[in-house]
Amino acid sequence: MGSKRDKRQASQALLELKGLRTHFDTDDGVARAVDGVSYRLLEGETLGVVGESGCGKSVTALSVMQLVPRPPGRIVEGQILLRDKNLLELSSDEMRRIRGNEIAMIFQEPMTALNPVFTVGDQIIETVRLHRGVSKEEARDHAIEMLRKVGIPSPVARVDEYPHQMSGGMRQRVMIAMAMSCGPDLLIADEPTTALDVTIQAQILDLIRQLQEEERMGVLLITHDLGVVAETAHHVAVMYAGKVVEYASAEELFANPRHPYTIGLFRSLPDLARKGERLHTIPGMVPSATRFPSGCRYRTRCPVASEQCASEEPPLVALDGRGTESEHTVACHHLDQAAQL
Amino acid sequence: MTRPDHLIEVSGLKKHFPIQKGVFGRHVGDVKAVDGVSFHVGRRETLSLVGESGCGKTTAGRSLLRLIEPTAGEAHYYPEQGGAAVDLFRLPQGDLRQYRRDLQIIFQDPFGSLNPRITVGNAIGEALSVHRIVRGKDLSLRVGELLERVGLRPDVANRYPHEFSGGQRQRVGIARALSLRPKLIVCDEAVSALDVSIQAQIINLLKDLQEEFGLSYIFIAHDLSVVRYISDRVAVMYLGRIVETGSTDQIFEHPAHPYTQALLSAIPIPDPTRRAERIPLTGDVPSPINPPSGCHFHTRCSHATDVCRERYPDPVELAPGHSAACHLLSE
Repeated sequence: MGSKRDKRQASQALLELKGLRTHFDTDDGVARAVDGVSYRLLEGETLGVVGESGCGKSVTALSVMQLVPRPPGRIVEGQILLRDKNLLELSSDEMRRIRGNEIAMIFQEPMTALNPVFTVGDQIIETVRLHRGVSKEEARDHAIEMLRKVGIPSPVARVDEYPHQMSGGMRQRVMIAMAMSCGPDLLIADEPTTALDVTIQAQILDLIRQLQEEERMGVLLITHDLGVVAETAHHVAVMYAGKVVEYASAEELFANPRHPYTIGLFRSLPDLARKGERLHTIPGMVPSATRFPSGCRYRTRCPVASEQCASEEPPLVALDGRGTESEHTVACHHLDQAAQL
Repeated sequence: MTRPDHLIEVSGLKKHFPIQKGVFGRHVGDVKAVDGVSFHVGRRETLSLVGESGCGKTTAGRSLLRLIEPTAGEAHYYPEQGGAAVDLFRLPQGDLRQYRRDLQIIFQDPFGSLNPRITVGNAIGEALSVHRIVRGKDLSLRVGELLERVGLRPDVANRYPHEFSGGQRQRVGIARALSLRPKLIVCDEAVSALDVSIQAQIINLLKDLQEEFGLSYIFIAHDLSVVRYISDRVAVMYLGRIVETGSTDQIFEHPAHPYTQALLSAIPIPDPTRRAERIPLTGDVPSPINPPSGCHFHTRCSHATDVCRERYPDPVELAPGHSAACHLLSE
């Protein structure tokens, strides 16, 4: 089934967002949930997107899938490039062929994404037949094979079970089996382990990592958990208030965070704090998407903010001045002061 | 185990939920959510109950406050240091009320426990007027003080719960729990739904309040890095029983029970240069309706032997205050 896969050089961009803006019309005005997001996901790697609730990380992913509810949502501008294809220029029929086939998505709560009145086998079979046009028997064999691949015990029997007969961890495995059934080039995982216990989380992360290495697919991993990012991601994009504020390889970001927000996030982690010491906190809270501050959106919570931050929005630039193609990019006017934090 | 610095001593706590079938509600079995747990909480101490979903940690917390009636067990509560004990589980409802003031709870989702049509000021003041502590003008003053103490402006008292963010609602929940000057607060996943930066604010607040009011906490959580930071002692639960208990350092530095070891090894480390050495834990937690024979953990334990399948292990004391229930340790 891997015939369509034409693997190119790693280090080429599989997915590239350029200046993506997704806005929502609300009673309070326009919510600029995603407001000029650019990032690249290289072939065969995992990009972790982290940030707090409301930073726009999930809406970005839904925009890639073009699953943003419309109205109230709309993609205002930007480009979403899958290899060289701009997804925003495709017709809805063309997009439907890409969804589930070239890009698949898994969600936090598998119970809401699985249909409770169909067996898990039926749901995988439906996907496979839709995109591959194979016979029912072939599709069923493939479904069983996929369930085996994601580590579901006795897949021949469980293919005929309903989602409610399975535990949360098993359901997430079924979701992954379904997502993987057409051999996607890109898997979008939106908080895939947030609802699971740590022990099950470890199993699911191992599974995603293992499948990724075997299939050489790209994974866009959206999470608020920095521990999960550290374990799975090759590169990390940190989002705040609808924008990417910092982007780097995982090793670089964890060793050398430069944006005041990233630094604040790391220092809030109880993992790294000593007992008895007060936890570092970021004052205040995430601003509402209808009323972002002018200039740098983090300035209202930032310890090094100045007047320049209020008037001028900092661009995302490379640390070594080689342009945005380079490894570590940050959007901050005061990197020197931030380094003192 | 009675010691004057103990606030509460629980022994043999059980909570079984009957399973009924058919139109006549025939009793066909029990969900043994909590199946004989014993622990104590010291004054000004934080005890954490940890374990996977379904291990009974929440049920244990709620049974202790008799928000759900325990099936069996004793809970000796010492209102005064060195004073006489009251068995909370034997008190008639009417007498229980005076002790309810001392024992409060904060939930994971304060929105679920705040009435959307009551202002937060009234929600916080409600308990104060029910218990006839303050009334009239003093009431709003006291509510204002409480709001300030948890880091909110006193004038938000007239607002409704939906006007607050998650972190602020959790502050309201804490102010309400605090209003009766309790001695113990059960924090049931109180910081689990919050973002990292907000979570840190709430954890600091809980720590400050503990210092200031001499509070004890029973901290129920699945996030083990938070548990490690906040607790003095930890009890690890599996399928309705405590499998290991000890000081935070004993549990995290020298975990003895194979389950504790596996659970701790599953925590993701926020450092990409270090790979956690996982002790794989296959499968899910078995059903508490039909727990496995012998040691409940034997179905997932890589060290299990015949004796584990036959007999439930007795707790073994490994060091003062540190004990674990595992056959491997008794040899």
